[in-house]
Amino acid sequence: MFQVRVHGRGGQGVVTAAEMLSIAAFEEGRHAQAFPSFGSERTGAPVVAFCRISDREIRSREPIVEADAVIIQDPTLLHQVAVFAGLKPEGYVLLNSQHRLEELGLEEFADVHGKGRFFSLPATEIGIRHIGRPIPNIPLLAGFAALSGIIRLESVIGAINARFKGQVASGNVSAAKEAYDLVKEASCSSR
Amino acid sequence: MLKQIEGSKAVAEAVALCRPEVICAYPISPQTHIVEALGEMVKSERLAPCEYINVESEFAAMSVSIGASAAGARAYTATASQGLLFMTEAVYNAAGLGLPIVMTVANRAIGAPINIWNDHSDSLSQRDSGWMQLFAENNQEAVDLHIQAFRLAEELSMPIMVCMDGYILTHAFERVDIPSQEEVDAYLPSFEPRQVLDPSEPISIGAMVGPEAFMEVKYLAHAKQMQAIERIPQLASEFRSAFGRESGGLVRTYRMEDAETVIVAMGSVIGTIKDVVDEMRDEGHRIGVLTIVSYRPFPLEQVRGALQHCKRFLVLEKSLAVGMGGIVATDVRMAVTGAGLRGYTAIAGLGGRPIFKAQLHQLFSQAEKDELPQVTFLDLDWEAVNRQQERERQTRRSGPVAENILHDKGIVSAKFG
Repeated sequence: MFQVRVHGRGGQGVVTAAEMLSIAAFEEGRHAQAFPSFGSERTGAPVVAFCRISDREIRSREPIVEADAVIIQDPTLLHQVAVFAGLKPEGYVLLNSQHRLEELGLEEFADVHGKGRFFSLPATEIGIRHIGRPIPNIPLLAGFAALSGIIRLESVIGAINARFKGQVASGNVSAAKEAYDLVKEASCSSR
Repeated sequence: MLKQIEGSKAVAEAVALCRPEVICAYPISPQTHIVEALGEMVKSERLAPCEYINVESEFAAMSVSIGASAAGARAYTATASQGLLFMTEAVYNAAGLGLPIVMTVANRAIGAPINIWNDHSDSLSQRDSGWMQLFAENNQEAVDLHIQAFRLAEELSMPIMVCMDGYILTHAFERVDIPSQEEVDAYLPSFEPRQVLDPSEPISIGAMVGPEAFMEVKYLAHAKQMQAIERIPQLASEFRSAFGRESGGLVRTYRMEDAETVIVAMGSVIGTIKDVVDEMRDEGHRIGVLTIVSYRPFPLEQVRGALQHCKRFLVLEKSLAVGMGGIVATDVRMAVTGAGLRGYTAIAGLGGRPIFKAQLHQLFSQAEKDELPQVTFLDLDWEAVNRQQERERQTRRSGPVAENILHDKGIVSAKFG
């Protein structure tokens, strides 16, 4: 069982990210369960969504306590929400930021998780360039695929095409590809 | 066809496959996505000649459903929480008149304090309304129960609530096998009403009934539910033959072989409980699970049959009879009257309080050692409770309880996750 927590703010597509991750895993024939932190979502309020991926039926409904990966869609949450709570020592972290980890003062923490497991990705900027909106969720999902290898880029693209149509779909696909390549490149050079 | 789909969307697909003729619902969280999806299907004429009727309230939604069903239409609605309470008078009428409406209840707490999250207080408050109530363990079962519900409701001419945990199921994306139209058509015959308002053969439905006949009408409603005790397992078995999977039935057991301790529960928490029980079984504990699928009719004999060889049972329920304890536990205890078992009740998950496996481990271990009181409140913050009680002892004008607790916990607005 691989457990992912997505942290972000209302309006950033946090719930959509978890749902699409589950669709991508489903496309690979795996069992997946995505669910939001249930609440009255308001724009800007901290939101968390969960996704479990497994080769067996997923029965548990508890919120994810021990995470194998954390995707952080908004870096300002680092000071507000315990985003790393329960993250496994060998867990993956993908942070939406145009700054490098050392610029954010996160280098030491990243080292604890081992090289190649903690990355920052300018997902908002990628979103703006490809779909014209500051929505970081799809680039982060593709970045997560590159970082963890848990899902393939093709499955992320499949999930995008299942969810969106026309220009939104094609824009998201090209955003996903750019994000995937960026993380892949960075993770190869850090190993 | 296997789909990775939101629970609400899956249920909307299931309802659509049942060929409803009138859908009338008023949106309320967490039911909204179901009726939105059905509204879109009606608008796109996929469900033609089905009508989606917009109304101004839940009371109107149930009233229109009653009218539609009385006119011979297959009628569907959905609601939750305060919405269910708002339509209560009409809910009783639908059952009293024997109209086979199917209603999804996306289970949600009841205020005050206002709370949109999941527990079972809403549908359990309609326990005695005459509606049958079936509880889904996961979204596959939510889909399957709707198909079975239309068949059972129409066969008996009695309404059914299909209960699914709000958010936990309605908003969860998981793998669901959506059957084909042919499969559903083969299982669910078209609606042949027992009574119908037809201008060419005028009758009245809803007569005033005095003391000379009221008891008989009520008894017959009870008899219908007793008949459902026979039919529910048969329909589940037919469903298994047709669709190839276990769904529905009165009760289900899990790892009950030689179990000394049995956990009894309803709804989606069963999944979490099964995981914990597997872990405890691996450690050598003799523990099993009894799932109650049919809360109304309540399968007294089947519950007794499942529990009679254990030493103790723990009813874990997402509901509270204030001033009494458990709601489901009361029925379970009645089922095992005289069997000499030790019974415990755990109230858990009220107002969406998450239920964690670690908590269940501890709770079940305490139950095994007979270390539990009659009623346990899982994860209750005793410090917050004691502080408020102390405040009430000290000050006459102690203020509103909910606001005080939020203040004590340092919460400025509702928090989740």
